[in-house]
Amino acid sequence: MKIIVVGHGMVGHKFLEELHHLQLPRLNVTVLCEEPRAAYDRVHLSEFFSGKTAEDLSLVAPGFFEESGFTLRLASRAVAIERRQNTVTTADGEVLSYDKLVLATGSIPFVPSVPGRNRAHCFVYRTIDDLEAMRACGAKSKTGVVVGGGLLGLECAKALRDLGLETHVVEFAPRLMAVQVDDGGGKVLRGKIEALGVHVHTGRNTVEITDGAGARHRMVFADGTWLETDMIVFSAGIRPQDALARQSALALGPRGGVAVDNHCRSADHHIYAIGECASWNEQLFGLVAPGYEMARVAARHLAGQTDAAFEGADMSSKLKLMGVDVASIGDAQGLTPRSRCFQYVDELKQVYKKIVVNESGSRLLGAVLVGNADEFGTLLQMARGGIALPDDPEFLILPSSDGKAQPGLGVDTLPDTAQICSCNNVTKSQICAAVSDGASTIAEMKACTKAGASCGGCVPLVTQVMKAEMAKRGMAVNNHVCEHFVYSRQEIYHLVRVGNIKTFDELLTRHGQGLGCDICKPVAASVLASVWNEFVLTPQLAKLQDSNDYFLGNLQKDGSYSVVPRMPGGEVTPDGLIAVGQVAKKYGLYTKVTGGARVDMFGARLEQLPLIWEELIAAGFESGHAYGKSLRTVKSCVGSAWCRYGVDDSVGLAVELEHRYKGLRAPHKIKFGVSGCTRECAEAQGKDVGVIATGKGWNLYVCGNGGMKPRHAELLASDLSKPELVALIDRFLMFYVRTADRLQRTSTWRENLEGGLDYLKGVLLNDALGLNAELEQQMQAVVDSYQCEWRSAVTDPAVRQRFKSFVNSERPDEHIVFVQERGQIRPARSDERRTDPSLAA
Amino acid sequence: MKNDLYTTATATWTDVCPLESIVPDTGVCARVHGRHVAVFRIGQNQLYAIDNVDPKSGSSVLARGLVGSVGARVVVASPLYKNHFDLATGECLEAPEQSVQVYAARTEGGRVLIALQ
Repeated sequence: MKIIVVGHGMVGHKFLEELHHLQLPRLNVTVLCEEPRAAYDRVHLSEFFSGKTAEDLSLVAPGFFEESGFTLRLASRAVAIERRQNTVTTADGEVLSYDKLVLATGSIPFVPSVPGRNRAHCFVYRTIDDLEAMRACGAKSKTGVVVGGGLLGLECAKALRDLGLETHVVEFAPRLMAVQVDDGGGKVLRGKIEALGVHVHTGRNTVEITDGAGARHRMVFADGTWLETDMIVFSAGIRPQDALARQSALALGPRGGVAVDNHCRSADHHIYAIGECASWNEQLFGLVAPGYEMARVAARHLAGQTDAAFEGADMSSKLKLMGVDVASIGDAQGLTPRSRCFQYVDELKQVYKKIVVNESGSRLLGAVLVGNADEFGTLLQMARGGIALPDDPEFLILPSSDGKAQPGLGVDTLPDTAQICSCNNVTKSQICAAVSDGASTIAEMKACTKAGASCGGCVPLVTQVMKAEMAKRGMAVNNHVCEHFVYSRQEIYHLVRVGNIKTFDELLTRHGQGLGCDICKPVAASVLASVWNEFVLTPQLAKLQDSNDYFLGNLQKDGSYSVVPRMPGGEVTPDGLIAVGQVAKKYGLYTKVTGGARVDMFGARLEQLPLIWEELIAAGFESGHAYGKSLRTVKSCVGSAWCRYGVDDSVGLAVELEHRYKGLRAPHKIKFGVSGCTRECAEAQGKDVGVIATGKGWNLYVCGNGGMKPRHAELLASDLSKPELVALIDRFLMFYVRTADRLQRTSTWRENLEGGLDYLKGVLLNDALGLNAELEQQMQAVVDSYQCEWRSAVTDPAVRQRFKSFVNSERPDEHIVFVQERGQIRPARSDERRTDPSLAA
Repeated sequence: MKNDLYTTATATWTDVCPLESIVPDTGVCARVHGRHVAVFRIGQNQLYAIDNVDPKSGSSVLARGLVGSVGARVVVASPLYKNHFDLATGECLEAPEQSVQVYAARTEGGRVLIALQ
């Protein structure tokens, strides 16, 4: 069967995934994509301005097209359908035939027909190309106006604000988000948005755009007032992209869009339409979840599952607009005859909550939540499942007093068929099945079910369902460190801190059992170091250290160690380099420049380590902590000192940061990067902590990673002064140290953090937990108690005498055997040892 | 510590070091008649001795592993690949075919003694 799909957006790609999943034989699928790039996540488009790249936003799994055999044609626009011939014509004039045609052309932005709308520096907000054009213009603008105060308009306002512009929102209706929220909600939302520095103008009808006096444009309103701005973005709603249907005389819906039946078929049964370009039951759906559902229905129907049917979708949604929670469920406006409502308004905290119930108060019909949408998951399930309401439904939205729990909805009461993630249609039973297949973290759950992987609104509920199921299976949400402690790493941290515990023996006696093991001992060692920062090789602490920490070097496969002196920021003097070279030469070590921009020396035997360190210390070096779960390196570019593009002193800052955080023991290693300009030569956005100079200060990115599972770091705060930056990094690192699991890098920690980046921002920027002063204080204590561990080891005779291969012999370990390669040593392979006995040391 | 099982007529005890050379709950490596022997001190006085060479890597490193317990068994985790060895039997918990030899160990007059058979 020859299938042509027109449009490769979120819904188009979902259709392809579903189709591929069905594994139909003899399928020939061609996808025509008008844009120059494959499907990307339009829901999170504004993140393009807070650090995400087009690649980050891509929805196409690596190898998808190779594996499925589907053909994707980028920058290929369909211009006509010839229904009698079953062909599609592309803009290049090529004619392609089909057995089935799927239209997934989405929407086009609606631009009100205001004179002057086509002036330069006027944009729409739909594609990455649009965003790139906005970014280029934003760099040369001071002010920006978004026309449209709906959902997309506010997203767009966030984008303008992220570009550093003075931002205005101009809305025709008397309130923001007129479709989703009522007057009360609109008022609270407006207060919150204005508090963020965005100017809101409601009830404004733009009649003309002309040249401005103090800026590029002047927008003139019907009431005679005007507003001047350098750029304008129209985000006043969307219209279905149904040009092909109009051209080929396919039946349309009353408000446009291809009219489709329950199987997503148009009037021509060879043609399906899905997503925003389809009109079902005279309704258009501008959300991704119904579009995904249509994609599933169309794919199944094409595969011969004739019972696959689209049954409509409710337009409930939960969003975070500029950090403000906004949720709308079902009949939010209370339009159902004889419905009644409960409202709660807190003008101080700017929270607005309303529920709409039926006449008898037994069923939930709708809800509006602004400022705090914690109840969204519960309320949605109640509205959807038609679950009977408690006797006093007002308590569903009233803040709890006296610590009494709200009359929630235990996840156990949800039926197996309850849809938990509406974007990806994941039910409770599928989440439970994934738990039985071994998923036990939210990241694993996302990977195997896609629950929570699109808009993320359901993540708290997914987590609840997952944990309840794990508890039921006796997996008991077991984040216990090991058999010796029925506590998580985070809990052990608190036991140590609150209980003033300074040794493992005390921890084990008071809170554990058995002898401990190779899991809990390093955890305890790390926690004790983070909290008290004593020398790791004291008699009480030494026995807890993993081999690397015990010998302050990196154990290699043959039993030898590597030695890495610290070179802060990657900066090293010629004398320093010479000293390193001389030491390496004297002890016959293999040398290599590491990815962290310093020199690693390999092949040292245990008994050589103190001698090597002494020589390095004498040359002014100290331990690089390459062996520790601790700060490794702060990579930097040369910055403004040398580079013609640099806008700030990145090396200077890198050196300062490396000195500040060196020696901090953490759940896993930590890497930093500092770039002197936006060209990002230090690759800071691939690091746990990334800092980029902006000209107005420093941008701080966090939780990036290279390695096995690359993750782009996310922007935590912009244009920080150096003291602000340092305080924020202090908090970030200490919060990570306190709350992460063992061996959890910041990236995985962040992936598993309930509430995600917004939660992290709440804690670190708005002090949501009231912890910030304490976090900074703790970090300062660690900084103040730093010591070079090599120096401490070589100067303590009791410690130093442990550094030998044999307790009763000075002879070197004959298992460590080297051969020459490219002018240096490397460990001999087993075959090389066997065939050449003369290689023995 | 005196253990009748080990004080057989054929046992040849080698004095390897004073007890205080081994930090409690850690190990050291000793050369005993050409063999590399990992000697562990658990608590104040309990001693164990096994081969120091990790069969999986062929490297002489087991004494540098972390000791602990798995259920009732006292074990060391190889510092390279983290496979566990029962200190009383030498059994490798993850791969029994990669188990190691155990040796007799005792203290006498504050000295650590090892016997290969």
